[in-house]
Amino acid sequence: MAADFRTQVEGLRPYLLRYATLQLRDAASAEDAVQEALVAALAGESNFAGRSNLRTWLTGILKHKIVDTIRRQSRERPAATDADATTAEFDALFDDSGHWAEPPDPWAQPEGALAQKQFLAALEQCLRDLPERTAQAFIMREHLGLETAEICKELAVTPTHLWVMLYRARMALRQCLQMNWFDK
Amino acid sequence: MMLSCKETSRLLSQGEDRKLGFGERVALRVHLAICDGCRNVNAQFRFLRVAVKSLSRDENETA
Repeated sequence: MAADFRTQVEGLRPYLLRYATLQLRDAASAEDAVQEALVAALAGESNFAGRSNLRTWLTGILKHKIVDTIRRQSRERPAATDADATTAEFDALFDDSGHWAEPPDPWAQPEGALAQKQFLAALEQCLRDLPERTAQAFIMREHLGLETAEICKELAVTPTHLWVMLYRARMALRQCLQMNWFDK
Repeated sequence: MMLSCKETSRLLSQGEDRKLGFGERVALRVHLAICDGCRNVNAQFRFLRVAVKSLSRDENETA
């Protein structure tokens, strides 16, 4: 049984690695996080005991390791620079009075897009195009579902700074998806 | 207070991350009632949240 469990867990490594790489950006850090998660999983086999789906369970463990890694990295690195907190890149979207230069159109059938692999690949590419910390802040908020206070602590930024980062992420992602998916 | 679209887009984003004040919520509602572009952006921000949540749910063949 134990050997079988280990084989199943190992079989999910490629998936977990892809998941961690998307969030951590760095192959070595992702590898470490996955390794830690797998070690924890194998040590905690009894906690799994057929509960839920193995992949869901492993992803849950990995999420904690990813947050640990981001926390460690932001302690080691200097605090976010001002470049992370400007929104000048979106100024061209608005006219002098602050109104849309070209009002955004609605997206056609966004729910249908979610069921398509190509759409999720386009979304992952758009996330990779974001500045690293902006992407991490956004993933912590929207994917991992952390509260803003917790993200501020992990990334060592003020709430105001975080709101700007999340605004940038949302504006950049909507532009990216507009161009690479909905306008195609 | 009349919001511009630029201010509205910021408040829509912040509304996903903090509880907006009463005045902010009223100003947003007034603006959204008259602005198609901002209503579309609001829907797109919400969709982004759902889409990013579903990222780990693809690739069911590996499950």
